[in-house]
Amino acid sequence: MLARETFYDVIRRQGISRRSFAKFCTLTAASMGLGEAHAATIAHAMETKPRIPVLWLHGLECTCCSESFIRSAHPLVRDVVLSMISLDYNDTLMAAAGHQAEAILDEIREEYKGNYIAAVEGNPPLNEDGMYCISGGRPFVEKLKEVCGDAKAVISWGSCASWGCVQAARPNPTQATPVHKVITDKPVIKVPGCPPIAEVMTGVITYIVTFDRLPTLDAQGRPLMFYSQRVHDKCYRRPHFNAGQFAETFDDEGARKGYCLYKVGCRGPTTYNACSTVRWNEGVSFPIQSGHGCVGCSEDAFWDNGPFYDRLAKVGAFGIESNADRIGLAAAGVVTAGIAAHAALSAVKRMVHKPGVGAEDKNLASLDGEPK
Amino acid sequence: MSTLPRAPADGLHESASAPDFLTPATAPGSAGVVAPKDLRGVADLPTDERPVGAKQTAIYVYDMPVRAWHWVNALCIVVLAITGYLIANPPAAAPGEAFERSLMGNIRLIHFTAGQILAIALLARFVWMFFGNRYAHQLFCPPIWRRQWWAEVWFEAKWYAFLVRDPKKYIGHNPFAALMMFAFFVLPCVFMVLSGMALYSMGTGVDSWQHAAFGWMLTLFGNPMTLQTLHHLGMWVLVIFSILHIYAAIHEEMWSRQSMISTIVSGWRMFRDNAR
Ligand code: HEM
Ligand code: HEM
Ligand code: SF4
Repeated sequence: MLARETFYDVIRRQGISRRSFAKFCTLTAASMGLGEAHAATIAHAMETKPRIPVLWLHGLECTCCSESFIRSAHPLVRDVVLSMISLDYNDTLMAAAGHQAEAILDEIREEYKGNYIAAVEGNPPLNEDGMYCISGGRPFVEKLKEVCGDAKAVISWGSCASWGCVQAARPNPTQATPVHKVITDKPVIKVPGCPPIAEVMTGVITYIVTFDRLPTLDAQGRPLMFYSQRVHDKCYRRPHFNAGQFAETFDDEGARKGYCLYKVGCRGPTTYNACSTVRWNEGVSFPIQSGHGCVGCSEDAFWDNGPFYDRLAKVGAFGIESNADRIGLAAAGVVTAGIAAHAALSAVKRMVHKPGVGAEDKNLASLDGEPK
Repeated sequence: MSTLPRAPADGLHESASAPDFLTPATAPGSAGVVAPKDLRGVADLPTDERPVGAKQTAIYVYDMPVRAWHWVNALCIVVLAITGYLIANPPAAAPGEAFERSLMGNIRLIHFTAGQILAIALLARFVWMFFGNRYAHQLFCPPIWRRQWWAEVWFEAKWYAFLVRDPKKYIGHNPFAALMMFAFFVLPCVFMVLSGMALYSMGTGVDSWQHAAFGWMLTLFGNPMTLQTLHHLGMWVLVIFSILHIYAAIHEEMWSRQSMISTIVSGWRMFRDNAR
C-alpha cells in the first residue's frame, strides 16, 4: 500500500530544507506568472494536499523529454519532484524493473482511480495493431489506453505526444499517432517541444498538483502560461529585426554582430514557445542566443515543413520541391509571355477583321427568328 | 448556324428560344421587365430598348462607390504586394545602433495599414452589393448554377482563344471575366485578409480581438508556418491576376466592342459600333 502523504512530507523525507522549499515555491510562482503572493499558496498546497501520483509512460520516443526534465534548474525539482514521480512509475528512471515495475501501474490505478496524472512521453504507433512499439511485453497503445483510462488528466510531453514529431513525419510508416487522437475522453495537456523546456515541464506538473486543477489551455491544448507568445515576441534580437539588420549567412559580419537570424531561416516568428524567456540549461542560453535560428520544434509538423534553414514551408508540386517565390515568379513569367503572344495574335486578327463589322445586320435578322 | 459561332449584333442575346432568365429586362431609366437577379447586367436590354440605330449608346454601369473602391483596392494590392515581398526578402539596413532605424518596422507598418484598409474596403464593397445598382453584385455572385451562364463563359473563352470572330457586348462584366474575378480575385483576396489578420494576431497576442476573430486560421492548415507560406503564395496569385486583368482591360478596350478603362474611370459603358 502506498501511504497518502503530502508533497511536503516527501520533500522533507528527501532531506530538503524548509528554506530550499520556500525558494522553490517562489521560483515556481514566478515562472508561472503568478506573483509573489502565490508562493504562499503553493507552499500551503504542498504542505497540506495529498500528493497526486504521476505515472510517466514512454511510447515511441527518444527520451529527450526525460533528459530535459532531469536538467531542471532548481535542485528541488530535480531531486524531489522527479523522485516523487519515479516513486510511482517512470520506466526509464525508476529503480524497480520487470514485473515489480509493472505492478506499480495496477496498484496506482486502483488506489488512485480517477485521481492521478498520466504523463506520456512519445506516442503510440497504430499500424500492425501497435506492434511497432512493445512495452512490458505488449503493444504500447494498450498500456496507454489502460493507464489513461483511469487518469484524472493526461499530459502529452513533447512534440511526439503532442503532434507526432519525427516518427509521424511523412510517410509515417508505423502510423505514429499523437496521444489526443487516441485518448479522446480525457483532458489532454500538450507540452510540445523537442524536447520541452525543463522548467516548463515542472511548472505544468507543479501547477496541477498544487492547485489541483488544470492550467488554462489555448485552442490547441497548450498551457497559456508558457505557450501564449512566440519565440519572436521575446527574442533579444528583435530590435535588429525591427531595424532591418540581418545575418545573411552564418559566418558574415551580421552573424558576428548578433543580428537577427530571420534571413537564415529563423522560425521564431511562427513558433509558440517559451525559449526566449525561460531559456535552457538553468537559463544559460537558447538556440538563437547560440547563433542558430529557431527550427520551430514545438509546432505541429515541423519535420514536414522542409529544411530547418527555411522560414517558409517548402512547396512541393508534381514531385518538384521549390519555394513560394520561385514558383510565383515562374508562373508570372509564363503568364506574361502568354500575354505577349496573345496581344500579337489579337493585333493580327484585328487587321483582318474588325469586331462587329458585318455581323450586325445578319444577327439583327436572326433576332426575328430567321437567320440570313 | 455557321461553323464559327457568332454573337448577335447587340450582344444582348435576345432570341426566340432564350431561356426565361435571359428575357430582356429594362435598361436603366426605362420601365419594363427586369432580368432575374442573378443575370442582371449580362442580358437586360429589352428588344424595344435595344440601341439599334442609336448614334451612341452609353450606359451608367459602375457607380461612384464601386469605382472608388476599385482604385483604392488596386492601390492597396500594389502596396501590399511590394511590402509583402520585402517582408519576405528584406533589404539590409545600415549597421549601427538598432533603435535608430526601423526599416523592417516601417515596411511592416505600411503592410499592416494597407492590409487593414483593403480589408475594410472589401467589406464595404461587399455591403454595397445590396445598395448599389444592378451591376454591383456581379463581382460576388457569379450565377454558377445556371447552364446558360456557363455557355456564355464558354463563348467568351472561345473569343479569347480566337475561336469566334465577333465578341458579344455586355453591359456589366462579361461572364468569363466575372468568373475569373470571383475565382482569382474575390476568393484569394478573402483568403489574404483572413490569413493576414491571423498572422497579424500572432503579434497582437492571444488575448487580442484579432486572435479571437482570426486565430482559428493559424491552425486550419496545420501550423502558422504553413499559413504564412500560403499567405505568401496568395500574393503571387493576386499578382498574376492583376497582370491578366490589366491586360484583359486593355485588350477589350482596344479590340472589343465596348469601352473598358474609361468605364472603370467614369462609370459609363460605351458601345462603339452601335453608332454605325
Ligand atoms: C491582399 C494582399 C496581400 C498581399 C499580396 C500580402 C503579401 C504578403 C507577403 C508576401 C508576406 C510575406 C510572407 C512571408 O514570406 O513571410 C506577408 C506577410 C504578412 N502579411 Fe500580408 N499580404 C496581403 C494582405 C494582408 C492583410 C490584409 C494583412 C492583415 C493585416 C496582412 C498581414 C500580414 C502579416 C501580419 C504578415 C507577416 C509579417 C511578419 O511576420 O513580419 N497581409 N504578406
Ligand atoms: C492599372 C490598373 C488597372 C486597370 C486599368 C483596371 C481596369 C479595370 C476595368 C476596366 C474594370 C472593369 C471591367 C469590366 O467592365 O468588366 C475593372 C474592374 C475590376 N478590377 Fe481592375 N484595373 C486595374 C487594377 C486592378 C487591380 C490591381 C485589381 C486587384 C487585384 C483590380 C480588380 C478589379 C476588380 C475586382 C474589378 C471588378 C469591379 C467590380 O465589379 O466591382 N483591378 N478594372
Ligand atoms: S532571431 Fe528569429 S526570433 Fe529572434 S528576432 Fe530574429 S526572426 Fe525573430
